[in-house]
Amino acid sequence: MSKKSNTRAFFWLLLLTIIAAYIAFPTRLAVDTKIFNKKIQFVINKPPIDFYFWGKHVYKDFELKKGLDIQGGMQVVLRAKMNEIANEDRETALESAREIISRRVDLYGISEPTIQVARLEDDYRLIVELPGVDDPQQALDLVGKTAELEFRLERELSDAELAIATQSANFLDMYFAPTGLTGQQLKRAQLQFDQQTAKPQIALEFDDSGRDLFAEITKNNINKMLAIFIDGLPVVTPTISTAILDGRAIMTGDFSVEEAKNLAIQLNAGALPVNIEVLEQKNIGASLGDESVQKSIIAGVVGLALVILFMVLYYGWLGVISSLALIIYAILTIAIYKIIGVVLTLPGIAGLILTIGMAVDANILIFERMKEEQRAGRNYAEALELGFGRAWDTVKDANLASIITALVLINPLNFSFLNTSGLVKGFGITFLLGSLLSMFTGMTVSKILVKQLMPLIKPKEFQS
Amino acid sequence: MNLMKHKKIYFLISAFFLIPGLISLILFGLKPAIDFTGGSLLEFQFIDEVKAENYSIEELKQSLQELYPVESIQKTGDNSLILRAKEITNQEKELIVDSIVNEFGEIRVLRFETVGPILGQELLKKTITAILLVAAVIAIYIWQQFHDLKFGISAVLAMFHDSLILLGIFSLLGHFRAVEVDVLFVTAVLTTLSFSIHDTVVLYNRIRELKKKHRHLSLEEIANAAVWKTLGRSINDSFTIIIMLLSLVLLGGESIRYFTLALLIGAITGTYSSSFTAVPILLVWEELANRQKHK
Repeated sequence: MSKKSNTRAFFWLLLLTIIAAYIAFPTRLAVDTKIFNKKIQFVINKPPIDFYFWGKHVYKDFELKKGLDIQGGMQVVLRAKMNEIANEDRETALESAREIISRRVDLYGISEPTIQVARLEDDYRLIVELPGVDDPQQALDLVGKTAELEFRLERELSDAELAIATQSANFLDMYFAPTGLTGQQLKRAQLQFDQQTAKPQIALEFDDSGRDLFAEITKNNINKMLAIFIDGLPVVTPTISTAILDGRAIMTGDFSVEEAKNLAIQLNAGALPVNIEVLEQKNIGASLGDESVQKSIIAGVVGLALVILFMVLYYGWLGVISSLALIIYAILTIAIYKIIGVVLTLPGIAGLILTIGMAVDANILIFERMKEEQRAGRNYAEALELGFGRAWDTVKDANLASIITALVLINPLNFSFLNTSGLVKGFGITFLLGSLLSMFTGMTVSKILVKQLMPLIKPKEFQS
Repeated sequence: MNLMKHKKIYFLISAFFLIPGLISLILFGLKPAIDFTGGSLLEFQFIDEVKAENYSIEELKQSLQELYPVESIQKTGDNSLILRAKEITNQEKELIVDSIVNEFGEIRVLRFETVGPILGQELLKKTITAILLVAAVIAIYIWQQFHDLKFGISAVLAMFHDSLILLGIFSLLGHFRAVEVDVLFVTAVLTTLSFSIHDTVVLYNRIRELKKKHRHLSLEEIANAAVWKTLGRSINDSFTIIIMLLSLVLLGGESIRYFTLALLIGAITGTYSSSFTAVPILLVWEELANRQKHK
């Protein structure tokens, strides 16, 4: 690289670091400490990115996502008992169960829940994470009960009743009367398209007892609403247009394809009640996490300071530069966590701190190589060039092992024979990002810094 | 100085660290956490400090005995305790908490975990699969890189050497200090596999480079030179990792202490085993192969 292009690279690096530092900086930093008996107390608030670009609202506040073990909450592993469900319907049944649970959880007001589907051989599972939940029994009830689907018929209310109904929380229960037709009698709900208008619609198919009941209801209640309730709430309120005797109904309406598909899934979930059992349950109190994070951060800062001290004492000015690269590494890492939304767990933080120790590896390799080349009689500038040049192969090979291990831990393809634990993944992700980023800061960033700064520090060595 | 002359000493040092752990592994095994065995765990903290100081673990165990046979009670500092037992439901947990509150004053529940036995079995299988997978991929990679199975296998042997030392130490810790082996420990073991291989790859790279340059030298001479040349880097690099891990072990939170300790042990053995296990094994193998040829 010529001197000029290196200068350009140096300024790009500077810019990148500044942007990353902005992202990495906490949104709200409260400082309250005492230095030399002087009380220092202030709060820095970072304004979020919030502007309109061509009429589009761009908003990002770059918060670090905290895992369950840090913010507290509950993780439940559920197994769907599929023995009564035909093989081909199992995937759909599991997907519908996920839909239903996620809807319940949303209604319950839990922010940012995650519900994952997992399959292991013949086992169908749901892994539910509920941040901030501290009443396990309530949460389990919410998640674990079988979805209830029922058909309810619109009812004429007398004026007196109407007056009560509008005041009452049970308004829906008064307005729609149970018909005795439930999800048990619904065989299947399916997304279809109208042959003339190509609009999405939903076909319902009832079993024998459902067919008779449905015929009875539709015959007597034309032009009334027959609402479908799931877990006590109406999901759709179609009106009966004709009597349907064969147990096959078509529901039309102003659905988008997406809505119709979701509706079919939800109806099927009611139609295929999957019994669910709890395989594992973990509750973590939030206080445990906060304290641990504090301690980890202190450990990280102390460690970082010691590593910098060591590098500076051992390698002098080169050590100073690699410390700069190390700090850039830390800033970039946190910025990337925020950008791609890495969920930070305690083992993840340990992984981050560990990779700070590993990030100087490439530098040490290069500097040691430089010393060797100097011993072999080369001048400083040549040794520098050779050190960087020859170290790359080794750095690449050595980091590959870390990357393989990290990938096995993260299990990105969700192989059922490998780990699926969030804690392990959390560590794997920080370990992987650390390996990749440290190659960048160890090789590219420190090379740019060394080439830009060393001639200023040791001008004699670079005169040729 | 020829470092590779003293292969026996290195093997003896390895044996010194391996054998007690191996004996402990055979006699006591590891102490599996509920992640593996299934069961329940309840961690809580006493809020009423006066009462909290005036109880004994025996007393607590006795008071719960009727309600539920608690298998173990462990202190975890800061007035907190961990109870372990076989699987219980949320209702049973509430009963236990109520009974403790009645006797010892208000408590704060920090953690409650229940793992069914199926998941435990599964985790064990997954663990073994993951370790074998990592080992196999790394062996194949090194074999490919160095076009010599000897390199790959001796690297993997050194890797297992490190894992066994780690397992042995945790077996001893489990027996004497009731330290449990959980899913995070497994993660640590997998990570130390990569530590172990990291330095070995650097060393092998150097051996390959020197071999090309000095074709007339024996493998032992080359290996010796390579170890000398990489030792400084290897020690310095591990030193920075050890600084970070040591500060985590000493200053970091309770819940990841043994996880970071496992990583620390792995970082140390990984550094040692590259120069003083992987290379000596390679040399001994080469010697044996040569002797075979000359016969």
